[in-house]
Amino acid sequence: MEKYSLLGLFRHARRHHEDWPPAWRDPPPKAAYEVVVVGGGGHGLATAYYLAKVHGITDVAVVEKGWLGGGNTGRNTTIVRSNYLRDEAAHLYDFALKLWETLSAELNFNVMFSPRGVLNLGHTLQEMRDIERRVNANRLNGIDGEMLNAAQVQAKVPLMNCSPNARYPVLGASWQPRGGVARHDAVAWGYARAADALGVDMLQHTEVTGIRVRDGRATGVETSRGFIGAQKVACVAAGHSGVLAAMAGLRLPIESRPLQALVSEPLRPCLDTVVMSNAVHCYISQADKGDLVVGAGADAYNGYGQRGSFHVVEHALQAVCEIFPAFSRVRMNRQWAGIVDVCPDACPVLGKTPIAGLYFNCGWGTGGFKATPGSGFVFADTVAHDQPHPLAAPFALQRFHSGALIDEHGAAGVAH
Amino acid sequence: MLLIPCPYCLEERSEEEFAYSGEAHLRRPAAAAELDDREWGDYLHFRDNPRGVHRELWYHAAGCRRYFNVQRDTVSYRILQSYPIGEEF
Repeated sequence: MEKYSLLGLFRHARRHHEDWPPAWRDPPPKAAYEVVVVGGGGHGLATAYYLAKVHGITDVAVVEKGWLGGGNTGRNTTIVRSNYLRDEAAHLYDFALKLWETLSAELNFNVMFSPRGVLNLGHTLQEMRDIERRVNANRLNGIDGEMLNAAQVQAKVPLMNCSPNARYPVLGASWQPRGGVARHDAVAWGYARAADALGVDMLQHTEVTGIRVRDGRATGVETSRGFIGAQKVACVAAGHSGVLAAMAGLRLPIESRPLQALVSEPLRPCLDTVVMSNAVHCYISQADKGDLVVGAGADAYNGYGQRGSFHVVEHALQAVCEIFPAFSRVRMNRQWAGIVDVCPDACPVLGKTPIAGLYFNCGWGTGGFKATPGSGFVFADTVAHDQPHPLAAPFALQRFHSGALIDEHGAAGVAH
Repeated sequence: MLLIPCPYCLEERSEEEFAYSGEAHLRRPAAAAELDDREWGDYLHFRDNPRGVHRELWYHAAGCRRYFNVQRDTVSYRILQSYPIGEEF
């Protein structure tokens, strides 16, 4: 792997940028691997990277039916934060946030992590109480967080309508300065390139059509390019996790729904932080190239169509126009949906399954992007040791039978 | 945007009039107190999530305010049929 550097940039510039090597190989599948990771999104690629980097397991393939990062990794609104209420979730997401802070250097790939702060607005007295409780919980967990009143919010975001005459007036917000946004594609590409350099095979356009199980143990995956043997199969397929689980005869407590987002035409810099509102339901930030990135809601019903219902977008834009009247004439460029894997408690399912050698990392629902590095790290550890990582242990599938749910509907951002 | 045929109103109406209520034909276990944790957890939290035909419960919230069942393809979003509560296909 060629190390990216300023000097390298000059060197390649002299040759008109015509001789950059591919960022990763395109190898034919081997007959068998030690670990097959199903799903080449951020979480899957991060899992493969940490398997190789931290645990020395380099005989790994990432099997992806489309192209790397083409699923929810390329469809989210790129928000990174860790202000979750429950201890288990807060620890996991903050572990991820700490990895984000050094990720570009770690991967030698600029993931453009921009800790520009995240505001979660409150519009009612009860919501302000809930937010204050969450901020207090965050601070007890060592996570940064502050309560802001409406005047302080207004000072941070001059374009916001903080008037008491608004239909849903902004009463205040929580503020997490370490939160922000990152370049979503770069995360996938950075992990893929770094994992490839350690010997991991990226098998794109290779669709898993079956999981072979013998005597209660996973032995490999059937794919569109033939059978690939594996001592361990790690599934990280977001919205299609249920389809994968069914191949192994398992059921998951997950429902798949389209979650929509949209971007506007590029504008001059006008919004230098991330604004989220649960009550009127929208979240918005401005990408570095100027587009407003708007998160809408999830469809209320199950679906695998990557489009979503129109009235959901309409609702999100009504909320944006309410909070930012100045955006009312901004033209939107593109709209899309990703299939999110929604869990009853808005927390992921991460760990072992009743089938030996088969692991699932799914159920991140509407907020998986922010967890990408942490998710990959703890999942790789879980797969490598066949033992849940301490941060992953509370998120085991068993919690739906033990009753130890981790209710994060309040902090999840998108209503389920 | 779905157009959902309500089997009571006998009319196709916009999905905004309806509320989705999850998987259809779930039955609360008769002897709930006798279930073990696994059976109870399965009943509470585990749902069909097919990529294909799904049987689901809908509520015509802004219409006749009655519940009914729908068979819908979760990929093409085509509604195969809708039928009143009490019927099962």
